[in-house]
Amino acid sequence: MAAIEINGRIAEATEGETILTVLRRIGVRVPTLCHIDGLTPTGACRLCVVEVEGMPGLVPSCAYPVRDGMKVQTHSPRAVRARKTIIELLLADHPDDCLYCERNGCCQLQDLAEELGVRKRRYAGGHRRANLDISSPSIVRNPEKCILCGRCVRVCEEVQAVSAIDFVGRGCRTQVAPPFGEGINVSSCINCGQCIVACPTGALREQSDIKKVSDALSNPALTVVVQHAPSVSVTIGEEFGLKPGTDAVGVLTTALRRLGFKYVFDTGFSADLTIMEEGSELIHRIKHGGKLPMFTSCSPGWVKFVETFYPDLMGNVSSCKSPQQMMGAIIKTFFAEREKIDPKKIFSVSIMPCTAKKFEAGRPEMGRDGLADIDAVLTTRELARLIRLRGLDLNTLESDEADTPFGERTTAGKIFGASGGVMEAALRSAYYLLTGAEMEDLNIKNVRGFDGIKEARLNINGIDVGVAVVSGLGNARKLLDEIRAGRDDLHFIEVMTCPGGCINGGGQPLKVDQEAVKARMRALYKIDREEALRTSHSNASIKRLYDEFLGEPLGEKSHHLLHTHYVERDVV
Amino acid sequence: MNVEIKQLEPILKKYEGGGRDQLIPLLQEVQNTVGYLSRESITCISRKMNLPASKIYGVATFYNQFRFTPQGKYHVQVCRGTACHVKGSAAILEALQKELGVNPGQTTRDGLFSLEVVACIGACGLAPVITVDGEFHARLTPELVGEIIETYRRKAAENVKA
Amino acid sequence: MLKPNSGCDCGCAEDAPCLEYLPSLLGESVKEDEAQAAKRAEWLKLNRRDDVKKTVIFVGAGTCGLGAGAGKTLSVLKSHLADKKIDADIVEVGCFGLCALEPIVDFQLPGKCRLSCHSVTGNNVAAITDQVLAGILPKDNALCQYDSQTLKKWDSVPLMAEHPFFKHQTRWVLKNCGLIDPTSIDEYLASGGYKSLSETLNRRTPGEVCGLVEESGLRGRGGGGFPTGKKWKFALGTAAEQKYLICNADEGDPGAFMDRAVIEGDPHRLLEGMAIAAYGIGASKAYIYIRAEYPLAIKRLEKAIAQARQCGLLGYNILDSGFNLDIIIKMGAGAFVCGEETALINSIEGKRGMPRPRPPFPAVEGLFGKPTVINNVETLANLPAILGNGASWFNAIGTETSKGTKVFALSGKVCNTGLVEVAMGTTLRQIVFDIGGGIPKGKAYKAVQIGGPSGGCIPASHLDIDINYESLKTVGAMMGSGGLVVMDEDTCMVDVAKFFMDFIQRESCGKCIPCREGTRRMLEILERITRGRRKETGNDALERFQGVMDMERLAKVIKDTSLCGLGQTAPNPILSTLRWFRHEYEAHVFERRCPAGVCTELRKFVIDPEKCVGCTVCSKVCPVEAIEGKRKEPHKIDFDKCVSCGACKEACRFGAISVE
Repeated sequence: MAAIEINGRIAEATEGETILTVLRRIGVRVPTLCHIDGLTPTGACRLCVVEVEGMPGLVPSCAYPVRDGMKVQTHSPRAVRARKTIIELLLADHPDDCLYCERNGCCQLQDLAEELGVRKRRYAGGHRRANLDISSPSIVRNPEKCILCGRCVRVCEEVQAVSAIDFVGRGCRTQVAPPFGEGINVSSCINCGQCIVACPTGALREQSDIKKVSDALSNPALTVVVQHAPSVSVTIGEEFGLKPGTDAVGVLTTALRRLGFKYVFDTGFSADLTIMEEGSELIHRIKHGGKLPMFTSCSPGWVKFVETFYPDLMGNVSSCKSPQQMMGAIIKTFFAEREKIDPKKIFSVSIMPCTAKKFEAGRPEMGRDGLADIDAVLTTRELARLIRLRGLDLNTLESDEADTPFGERTTAGKIFGASGGVMEAALRSAYYLLTGAEMEDLNIKNVRGFDGIKEARLNINGIDVGVAVVSGLGNARKLLDEIRAGRDDLHFIEVMTCPGGCINGGGQPLKVDQEAVKARMRALYKIDREEALRTSHSNASIKRLYDEFLGEPLGEKSHHLLHTHYVERDVV
Repeated sequence: MNVEIKQLEPILKKYEGGGRDQLIPLLQEVQNTVGYLSRESITCISRKMNLPASKIYGVATFYNQFRFTPQGKYHVQVCRGTACHVKGSAAILEALQKELGVNPGQTTRDGLFSLEVVACIGACGLAPVITVDGEFHARLTPELVGEIIETYRRKAAENVKA
Repeated sequence: MLKPNSGCDCGCAEDAPCLEYLPSLLGESVKEDEAQAAKRAEWLKLNRRDDVKKTVIFVGAGTCGLGAGAGKTLSVLKSHLADKKIDADIVEVGCFGLCALEPIVDFQLPGKCRLSCHSVTGNNVAAITDQVLAGILPKDNALCQYDSQTLKKWDSVPLMAEHPFFKHQTRWVLKNCGLIDPTSIDEYLASGGYKSLSETLNRRTPGEVCGLVEESGLRGRGGGGFPTGKKWKFALGTAAEQKYLICNADEGDPGAFMDRAVIEGDPHRLLEGMAIAAYGIGASKAYIYIRAEYPLAIKRLEKAIAQARQCGLLGYNILDSGFNLDIIIKMGAGAFVCGEETALINSIEGKRGMPRPRPPFPAVEGLFGKPTVINNVETLANLPAILGNGASWFNAIGTETSKGTKVFALSGKVCNTGLVEVAMGTTLRQIVFDIGGGIPKGKAYKAVQIGGPSGGCIPASHLDIDINYESLKTVGAMMGSGGLVVMDEDTCMVDVAKFFMDFIQRESCGKCIPCREGTRRMLEILERITRGRRKETGNDALERFQGVMDMERLAKVIKDTSLCGLGQTAPNPILSTLRWFRHEYEAHVFERRCPAGVCTELRKFVIDPEKCVGCTVCSKVCPVEAIEGKRKEPHKIDFDKCVSCGACKEACRFGAISVE
């Protein structure tokens, strides 16, 4: 233990922890820009500098370890002036277009300028000029707004183990960019959008489909159909001031209808469908000596990751389309037929917590006869923007119910939104499919939570099944390397691209802390706890769909509509 | 497979199994052999060393030494160290730019000369200094620049004849 | 090249070191009979060049010598010797230090003192050689001769120790530079080399080595001046399976070339120092991080390392002591910031050379996460002598806090540019005027820029400052690595500050905001000051003034908050010039003129009506039609239009146009 003096008050600390950790614990706020909880500090932005007695210069609290007896001044005039100057320097090289910026009102640079009382352009001079990179279907880069904090670079490298971008060049000509001065579409970017979540400014944002959707909504010739992903209902509220973890599914449905969507469906339904297909595929593989372990395929970033970095394991990925794509396929076939709408006249929109879904929707495999399964993908953030644009107040809207038949879901489909959810749902149904009986306890707690790699072993009908749940592709890499090296005790592995799963996706509301993400996860499991239908196979609409249209899981229709294949990609 | 990649092979072989600390020596050797770091070279190195191309490109663009376009037949380096500056290297650079018609970092259209500005090359006692393909030309004046370039032009022309 | 040690007949290979005398050279007592002893004495004599059997011609072929044309001298000399069938050996030596008078060629005739001649070019080398061989002194080119008790002296040639350039120097680190053949380990051994290492390994514990170095008062010669022994003790005290020593030879300061000269001229001294340091901290692997721009130095090092390995002075179980050391050369790829310790470590690890926050300090967690000591070339080259002669020998010279000597690279507007090594405490005046020979062309001294981009300028009023780590700080400069650039009255100090800011902002790694953005803004402020007013709008003018007003605040924040030493010292060029040459800034800012006439856009050209004959040439070359006047009548420059390009001045054949 160490005792240090902070602004004249004694605080307890552990030798070796950083000053910033102590400051946060005792509620003293110093601003940071480059810091990311849990990752190694780089000490780049210098905003968290504090005065430490005996040190000649200011020290960065994020990287400086505590020493017993240390005396720290966090808000001395010298420290505050330094912070203000740093922000002024950043602003000197920043496009002055806050009013037009995507991140207006949601920008850390803007907040800090306000907080530190920057009221004039103290330093003027040349600006970095750089081109907008709109090459990706998911992510737009605006290097002019980049303050080079490096958060995106570290997330891409340390969390996702992708390293599609890095610092390029040196000094004030440095840029964060993919290699060779190319657009990010030709890099090995997997479109997960975690860089957007990490970005404190408007330098990274999603490729917006709002215009496309608005146009469709105002086109009377089109039937605009929407589905929303399981995690969206528990995060959209944050955009409207609701507490993190509030489930707003009812008002969300109303809002979607008011926006003009003719049919509102719940992707949880097709999540249930996915479980039927994927569960059957797993059993098939186990029984018939197929490639094991089998990986889930609902997370499009992960799918591209395998295609790029582990093409040798592509055969281990379930051939099932993701719930978004399954829903899309069913809408433009079964639903169109039943409602007697020309599929060409259906505009299918999905609301996703994810930027990679935009990429997935555009994959050439995802459709038939030149008709895409999904026409536009909006992230949670984009939906919120659209709702605000139409003057809807989520706080006063009344709840509504989704449309049948694809609005009906079980909680198994709902927990897809959290890491471990797909696994839990799959195991519940696999157990049933193998034994004909329900599990005694449907809660499989050791696959839940935020751990990067979770493993469990179960005995189902005499078969010893090893499962693993991974979120964050850095963790996936570890497990994949073990498997490449010969590990063979696992049968089924759920991989979610984003740490914690879709609730922490690249399309979710920004400026949230880890606590908010935890609340989102709790909300999903609360729903699972409180509702009656908790297994995908008990979804009556699913049963009907198989009876009326698909036949059986892994049947021929399923094969055409609900399954896909993968392509090897170059690592760049 | 193009010529470049063929040139790379023995180098890559030499560095096979090397860790990240071998990256810069490897890039230096590739540049020495091929003349510059092409996109193909970097992609190739990336695969061999199991390092993301973004990292390699990031490292290469950090250091002054690495080029991403082919170099001229004669590589002209202008020292912009303190001593050279005090003795008028700015004028030397200007004269060179005029003479060659290119800016630093560029190669003349005929491929003969590439121009580079370097930090001190440690010949301060002889300032101002330029090197052409490693050959020193010391105590320069802007007037001398033309003559020096001309001698290399002649050299090149003779080589062509021969 | 011919092998100079013709006294050896042990059968050793032509380009390999002779191992026969190694034990005795390293101080071991050996049993030998009289004949053997005589043979050994003869070998030693020849390798120390106490005398020569046939004429030896030494050509200074360091990078600076080659730059001055030593390559041509060498080739002409070779063909001359061949043509005339003259039997003489040629030895390429390193830099002698007097760059201004390169190429330097020494002649040692049997029985005669070694004679040093300057300015020996391809044109006159044949004539000079013939003269010397005939025993005639080439008067115009004779520089000095080396003292010897036994050899016959040349008439009317000063001894080296009396020559004004050398008289005031204390050459410890440069002792062998330009004297011995850097490619021969025999010559280094004959001069007493590697004896310190042998003694250290045999008689001292690593702790004692650290203690002795600390006691000697040696401080880092790379810039910071951190006590070397203390740094070693941190690393020695950190337990680890693997430790590293890194020799920082990434001499990036513009205006510095000491390290290059030491490596080119005496590579074994560095290797011996490294071996001692590695032993002291317990490292078994060492790196030399050297600039790729120093190909000759790299070549010399490679050869020296190979020789030392052959002699068992590097590698496994050195001199049977159980101590192992591998030395690996790493070429830098051109980034000034890699002189910073943690950036250098990143660079060796194959990453972008961006500094890391500290703690952890490299001595605790450095290269590959292991304890690492980083020392500069000159620091390491000091060690053999310190270990050999003891701490009190070393700290007898110098000042209270700064011991020993310091090598400076003297350049700029000074007569004797070159390498000088002086005792700490020598005054700046002695260096510039006594050793450097003052300012050429009778111009006035204005300042010395010392310490590279992080250093500062010292004005005439402080010429008598004695040079040591602390005194330099009091005048806003710093020791730095040893670049010493002299500036005369024709130098504009605002321009100098601009030059350094430009350098720093280009070399900033871009990681931390204050350095990356701040240095760029500081440069812009200076650019605005030195830009002409013609196209300036009201807003530009406002920005110019505001920039000046906020400059000091900005400088302070950059100093206070930057991540590494480069950033923390980045504002020094401005702060230092502002401190001593504020009047020049004021002239630029308020009067919009450059007193030294350097800042071209601020030059004000005037036509002397007395001299102008009205030939109209100037008005024709003026790109902006700023010159008016009738034919055969004096012309006039319209200052509002003039862009100060100077074309008119160049064109005028009557000298009528001048800068006001």
